[in-house]
Amino acid sequence: MSSPKTIIEKIWEKNVVYEESGKPALLYIDLHLVHEVTSPQAFEGLRLKGRKVRQPKRTFATMDHNVPTIHTNVIKDEVSKLQMDTLKKNCQEFGIPIAAMGHKHQGIVHVIGPELGLTQPGKTIVCGDSHTSTHGAFGALAFGIGTSEVEHVLATQTIWQAKPKTLNVKIDGQLGTGVTAKDLILALIAKYGVNFGTGYVIEYTGEAIRTLSMEGRMTICNMSIEAGARAGLVSPDQTTVNYLEGREYAPKGTEFEQAKAEWLSLATDPGARYDHTVTLNADEVEPQVTWGTNPSQCIPISGQIPNPDQAKNPNEQNEIKHALTYMGLEAGVPINSVPIEHVFIGSCTNSRLKDLEQAASIIKGRKVNPNVRAIVVPGSQSVKQQAEQKGLDQLFKQAGFEWREPGCSMCLAMNSDVVPPGERCASTSNRNFEGRQGTDARTHLVSPEMAAAAAIAGHFVDVRTFA
Amino acid sequence: MEPIKQHSGLVYPLNRANVDTDQIIPKQFLKRISRQGFGQFLFYNWRFDEKDQPRKDFSLNSPKYSHASILVGGENFGCGSSREHAPWALQDFGFRVIIAPSFADIFFNNCTKNGILPIVLKETETQQLIKNAEATDYQLTVDLTTNKVYDQNGFEASFDLAEYPRQMLLNGWDEISVTLTHADKITEFEKSHIVY
Repeated sequence: MSSPKTIIEKIWEKNVVYEESGKPALLYIDLHLVHEVTSPQAFEGLRLKGRKVRQPKRTFATMDHNVPTIHTNVIKDEVSKLQMDTLKKNCQEFGIPIAAMGHKHQGIVHVIGPELGLTQPGKTIVCGDSHTSTHGAFGALAFGIGTSEVEHVLATQTIWQAKPKTLNVKIDGQLGTGVTAKDLILALIAKYGVNFGTGYVIEYTGEAIRTLSMEGRMTICNMSIEAGARAGLVSPDQTTVNYLEGREYAPKGTEFEQAKAEWLSLATDPGARYDHTVTLNADEVEPQVTWGTNPSQCIPISGQIPNPDQAKNPNEQNEIKHALTYMGLEAGVPINSVPIEHVFIGSCTNSRLKDLEQAASIIKGRKVNPNVRAIVVPGSQSVKQQAEQKGLDQLFKQAGFEWREPGCSMCLAMNSDVVPPGERCASTSNRNFEGRQGTDARTHLVSPEMAAAAAIAGHFVDVRTFA
Repeated sequence: MEPIKQHSGLVYPLNRANVDTDQIIPKQFLKRISRQGFGQFLFYNWRFDEKDQPRKDFSLNSPKYSHASILVGGENFGCGSSREHAPWALQDFGFRVIIAPSFADIFFNNCTKNGILPIVLKETETQQLIKNAEATDYQLTVDLTTNKVYDQNGFEASFDLAEYPRQMLLNGWDEISVTLTHADKITEFEKSHIVY
């Protein structure tokens, strides 16, 4: 009998086209997702060399990064419009399926891949976007690439990769009421830092992961890159299979049964070894709020803004000082007293139907604080439509939230959804970097529930006691 | 891409950890559809104020560094977004070599695809280089044929780089052309590979 293997090794072995010892392997790519921002130069490269797209049918394109989320019928930003038109033309020229603006499948690339059933266990998936790690929730090996590699995959359907080291992130225990997958991943990064995953592919294991919904698993895998790992995944199980059954691009009938058996057999074998393991106890995790300018600068809602004088080393002290200045915060202040002016519910981390339902469940007839502007941006046309069927749009609008069209929106503020300089935003996105949501904008990462509660209270508040 | 074997140039010190690609090139400049012309937007929010005027307190705006071609940074350099516009901007500004105690994986990879040499040195070594560069006009030489970094005053350090990106950089190969020499193997693989 062969030795027990991790899912990462199993996918790797299945997809290696060619390898020589001491060199990276040529890895076959099963699904290539494409969007408007990181692809134009790749298509241009193909044209200059007279190359074709090797497998247009294993490629799927959409528009998300700079699409407007209001007044979508007229795109005022000419430069953005050119980028979107260029994607459309490129897809036409090279025969690639595209869900453009106005298409019923349009949405954030990491939301539509799973909901269309394009994302499946065992697939190797790439996209010119670092949050491609999201698709790992299905037991796919999924990672972000740069534009040169986008061109390479378009031309060859392969990529040169060194075999990754494996990191087991074991999260045992149970999530408490009001504590979400978002809080787990933020607490993990707060504990181990922004680069503990560099050079690794993470597999998330343990009781807390097993009991999570697919949406929760996506939120966790999505932020693997914020821990430095290009990819993070979860072994497929019945939850995975149930999610995929009946999806548009998922196999049907007997083929589904066959696929299901193969998918489940990909799960990590008992006793398989990892290069490294770290642990977290979900029982101890509270709702989290980031206070600084990288995702590890994060505290529980019961916490206080840290003091640079208590830093572990001069580097960290320097980082804390920089962050406090940028964020306009003072050491020792309880985070739940910090007022906000903006709330953003959306992004590839937290814009799925479940996220919106959980945010809406906090409202209970209350209104958004008059000092706060709050927007809800569904992850895709499909999410938007389902949410509207359930009346969530009405719930949000009656409470004073704006209800928008799908896109990346205020997560990176490439369109007009921008946080003004010096203003503060409770955001369900993934990055609190300087300038991310707008020049000199101050971002605090939170879960959808925490964002909704902050919108109503006008400051951060513990969702567990927010009656 | 342009090969890089040996490079000598002026060092620009950027003594900060976790410099992310949003900092290297902010999102408002990602809307272009060409690879050229990103240098003017490099570190935009650090270099320019809200009125698009150069910030006097940001060191890269000093004329001293206008010809710098080697950047020495802090740990986890290039973290965050996969945008290749970051190495494009660094290159267009004039940087050919980035030295740091550690890099984010995607950024590191993107550099090697564009003829920028990313070098990992020990933190004590990068701190020494930063100190030297902050004190004076500091010239450094990087030799990829011997994997060495040295100056004229006796500083010398060795670095490791995997053989594959090293050869790509030394020879300036077009990676797709290399891969297409294996096209028959890809075709053979596709015959039996099942994707649902």
